[in-house]
Amino acid sequence: MSDAPPASVTSPAGEEPAPGESRPFSINFGPQHPAAHGVLRLVLELDGEVVQRVDPHIGLLHRGTEKLMESKTYMQAMPYLDRLDYVAPMNQEHAFALAQERLLGVTVPPRAQYIRALYCEIGRLLNHLLQVTTQAMDVGALTPPLWGFEEREKLMEFYERASGARLHANYFRCGGVHQDVTQALLDDIWKFTENFPQVLDDIEDLLTENRIFKQRNVDIGVVSKQEALAWGMTGVMLRSTGFAWDLRRAQPYECYSDLEFKIPVGKNGDCYDRYLMRMEEMRQANLIMQQCIRKMPSGPVMTPDGKVVPPRRAEMKRSMEALIHHFKLYTEGYHIPAGEVYAAVEAPKGEFGVYLVSDGSNKPYRVKFRAPSYPHLQAMDFMCRGHMVADVSAVLGSLDIVFGEIDR
Amino acid sequence: MAGELEQLQSRIAGQWPDAQTEIALGELTVKIGAPHIVPVLTFLRDDPECRFTLLIDLCGVDYPNRTLRFDVVYHLLSLEKNRRIRVKVETDEKTAVPSSVAVHAAANWFEREAFDMYGILFSGHPDLRRILTDYGFEGFPLRKDFPLTGYVEVRWDETQKRVVYEPVKLVQEWRDFDFLSPWEGADYIRAWHEEKGKDTPNR
Repeated sequence: MSDAPPASVTSPAGEEPAPGESRPFSINFGPQHPAAHGVLRLVLELDGEVVQRVDPHIGLLHRGTEKLMESKTYMQAMPYLDRLDYVAPMNQEHAFALAQERLLGVTVPPRAQYIRALYCEIGRLLNHLLQVTTQAMDVGALTPPLWGFEEREKLMEFYERASGARLHANYFRCGGVHQDVTQALLDDIWKFTENFPQVLDDIEDLLTENRIFKQRNVDIGVVSKQEALAWGMTGVMLRSTGFAWDLRRAQPYECYSDLEFKIPVGKNGDCYDRYLMRMEEMRQANLIMQQCIRKMPSGPVMTPDGKVVPPRRAEMKRSMEALIHHFKLYTEGYHIPAGEVYAAVEAPKGEFGVYLVSDGSNKPYRVKFRAPSYPHLQAMDFMCRGHMVADVSAVLGSLDIVFGEIDR
Repeated sequence: MAGELEQLQSRIAGQWPDAQTEIALGELTVKIGAPHIVPVLTFLRDDPECRFTLLIDLCGVDYPNRTLRFDVVYHLLSLEKNRRIRVKVETDEKTAVPSSVAVHAAANWFEREAFDMYGILFSGHPDLRRILTDYGFEGFPLRKDFPLTGYVEVRWDETQKRVVYEPVKLVQEWRDFDFLSPWEGADYIRAWHEEKGKDTPNR
């Protein structure tokens, strides 16, 4: 309203510089810029082509998710989680389900744990495929996105076959997952995992030794160990500086302690390291998916606690008790004992956490999402200072940000 | 694991006698007076037994019935010791909490968000602007007394050829169903039954 965006090119303070002196130049990057990865408005202050200051203006996608969830029952609140990081929806759902389960003291049956891990790793592939290929596009390569998106389409089909939706799955529930997966689906995922390393090899052929890609990414956006800690970085951003820190290994949740995988760690903390690490993480995620399918036990996919989990439809048609539970759970929902809990998962972008405060009723009293991209975008300013304006899009691409979770 | 957490609890309690510490659900919470927050965060970051070097999250929580209605909640993580801790301070609308940007640079945007959503003030913050809400937004949306629908809505005006702001018009009343079971959970019905003479249950 009052301070509406200025014209796209202005000079700050409006003073005339002395003759022979240059004045800083400020430009708007976005909110309608293809490399802004969504609705980001960056106000760049430039000295010639060198970036002096970056001021990201965020919140253009703010939907008030946290406020909305305070007026929804826990089951109604779950779909909002998909809309945070819409590139890897189920990883978010996982954190919210874990937070509720911790407060309720519900244990998840082993089959559901493996299904969750399987789908979280699919989410990691979805995310990294998007990130790596669009980062390549940001620095000028057009083919990787075409190849990567073909694979993403296959993965989203697996989402659809389990949950009914390609993107906004709403598949995880407090106490398990909504429906069991069929053997045919698992067989098809297995076939996918056998072919997927070849696709990664093809993408690597295009990028890893590519002269232009290296010129645009090596030694760009360097983060040191100290800086990573000070700016609250997690995930690939933190690991690229040399910390071997992955929540799946450090604080294993659910069945991750039974799965074998390696954690790629970077050395230089630049954009190129982060690209290499994401490629390796995809290979590891592929292996985890194979282990999940191989180790998947049979059994129920929901906890048997009838006070939390609605009865199956067939059961509801025959049992009075089940009918009452069905009605109460879909209107009133379940109550979560008063208390507060912080549950975090290793989402593809970093640590995604849910801080849940419950007052003992059927609705959350306060939910706070700790979105990994939020502190990462905050670090844009120091990462871009002194770089050329063309590097801004490379740094932004390697930060791996999605506005659904930054703006909430 | 549990023993380690208790060790840490006694270490912090020994260093900060004013702090209230509590372990619930395997998580350690430390409550401290707002003026002490910067020294406490510095201690937690630098103490060789704590090493909470990473500020994971900072957020506000609103409890309108309390005199100090806001909680500011800090979540910290120690990579070295593989531990988490939660630090809480209480404040109200007028009292500023010392900003922790000097201890953890990441606190900058988190504090801006807490200010934007709750109106919690942070003294010494380098740039306490609104962050997530619209340019020119008024009010603090996550406070419990802020209506879910907000106060203004925007639309594109064809005649004026610009976006206009108008008061929210609801075509249907906000329906807040009372689903709470009279058997479990709904205290107000029980209270009404016990206290005969009232006509209707009131919440």
